[in-house]
Amino acid sequence: MRERAENGEPDMTTNQALEPAIRVQGIEKSFKDLHVLRGVDFDVRTGSIFALLGSNGAGKTTLVRILSTLLKADAGTATVHGFDVAAKPGDVRESISLTGQFAAVDEVLTGRENLVLVAKLRHLKNPRAIADDLLARFSLTEAGNRKASTYSGGMRRRLDIAMSLIGNPPIIFLDEPTTGLDPQARIEVWQTVKKLAGQGTTVLLTTQYLDEAEQLADRIAILHKGTIIQNGTLAELKRLLPPAKVEYVEKQPSLEDVFLALVGDTDETDTADDDRSYGTVPARKEPR
Amino acid sequence: MTTHVLGDTGILTSRSLRHILRSPDTIITTAVTPIALMLLFVYVFGGAINTGSDESYINYMLPGILLITIASGIAYTAYRLFLDLQGGIFERFQSMPIARSSVLWAHVLTSLAANLVSVGIVIGVALIMGFRTGASVAAWLAVAGILILFTLALTWVAVIAGLSAKTVDGASAFSYPLIFLPFISSAFAPTDSMPGPVAWFAENQPVTSIVNTIRALFAQQPVGSDVWIALAWLLGILVVAYAFAIAIYRRKIS
Ligand SMILES: Nc1ncnc2c1ncn2[C@@H]1O[C@H](COP(=O)(O)OP(=O)(O)O)[C@@H](O)[C@H]1O
Ligand SMILES: [Mg+2]
Repeated sequence: MRERAENGEPDMTTNQALEPAIRVQGIEKSFKDLHVLRGVDFDVRTGSIFALLGSNGAGKTTLVRILSTLLKADAGTATVHGFDVAAKPGDVRESISLTGQFAAVDEVLTGRENLVLVAKLRHLKNPRAIADDLLARFSLTEAGNRKASTYSGGMRRRLDIAMSLIGNPPIIFLDEPTTGLDPQARIEVWQTVKKLAGQGTTVLLTTQYLDEAEQLADRIAILHKGTIIQNGTLAELKRLLPPAKVEYVEKQPSLEDVFLALVGDTDETDTADDDRSYGTVPARKEPR
Repeated sequence: MTTHVLGDTGILTSRSLRHILRSPDTIITTAVTPIALMLLFVYVFGGAINTGSDESYINYMLPGILLITIASGIAYTAYRLFLDLQGGIFERFQSMPIARSSVLWAHVLTSLAANLVSVGIVIGVALIMGFRTGASVAAWLAVAGILILFTLALTWVAVIAGLSAKTVDGASAFSYPLIFLPFISSAFAPTDSMPGPVAWFAENQPVTSIVNTIRALFAQQPVGSDVWIALAWLLGILVVAYAFAIAIYRRKIS
């Protein structure tokens, strides 16, 4: 299954037991005069959560589009699941799923129909059973027969991610999965991502928020001015910061704290991605 | 890449057919304008137009009306394709292991189905208004074949518009000249009643030969050379539009 593609680059890394799930080397991309990516390098270890942190316009989406075969790089190579994105786009598409920056659901179809559609397009058996299962996992069972256009932002994002999980692709790209979501929905998405990685899925997510990267990622890379300026674990990145000063600041509750206090949840691991009415879904009790 | 072209096209076609079923107004809207034109021409202008034949005016004008129906119907294909591109579902499909041409073919087949329904509605109303033909089954099939070819050719033009439009309005605006074209043809009045340059244009643009062919088929007259000119136009437009659309699509997805 995980055979290296014939055209894999020559430098076989020997000091690594596992071939990385994603390997990005010297990727460059310009739009006319705008050099968005100027040589991006990083590896993502199989089964880990990798956060690509960058401000708006840093080129995160551009990179994700290259890795998911939607866009061709000007220079450099990238392999995903052992397949070169330029030479073997079909194999890459078999191995990935993309949840783009803006929810890509069919608004005219119901939530269930959206899921069935993707299951059919992935040529899976029992598309209806798959849809029902995902609706339950994402607390959308009741909304399943409603048109997606009637969904809230959080529900739409959950449906979007659920669509991406169909067929259990080993690698998932999430482009700013929580931008524009309210705190509750944001935490739900975080839970989902953690659960996925717990099952061995490799997750590459992009974000503008340091706290999101902190919450989720095993490794964080910072994309700035077209290159990766830092790449490491949270602890490594923190070490780069100036030593912590002790200051006494009266802590104002953040909007998030207030919100969580009001809805009665303080422990974030308990705000699983389901309604209170679905409190007995077994998977939610093993947050990672 | 994948060998699922037919299966994927089928799945995606049933998706966009479902879109149409959820908003049947698109089919009704497509049929309303041609029906209104038909009423207007038959009951208001028709008496004043000398067609130079003893056919009833509705028999004379129906072929042109059918082409107008299709020309306005295909605008929805551009519209739906544009919305797919805007909404991100297009990118989701592109990032999935599905046959890439399926995404376009699904819209094309949906257009064919929707337009055939609209044409059926318009013919039904025409029959109520007095349209009569003694055309044989073979002649009906020939008419259907020409209308299908016309729909396919214009749908690929619509695909170009849908893929390259920047705004929703732009996606459908391209169809206005197409809807207008039958008016400067033999669809509503004989071309020899028109002033020189207009007559020249009318005689040499594709709609005239198509209208004349369908009219002859309905009237059980010989189609003469018009059918070949019509077929040449239709196939020519189809091939050129298809090639352009695919080229734009390739550029878009690579
Ligand atoms: N198709 C495109 N054509 C021209 N410029 C683009 C295109 N896509 C992105 N850009 C530009 O590239 C830069 C990076 O965009 P993007 O990758 O979307 O950033 P991010 O996702 O980090 O916010 C932005 O300045 C954006 O305007
Ligand atoms: Mg982005």
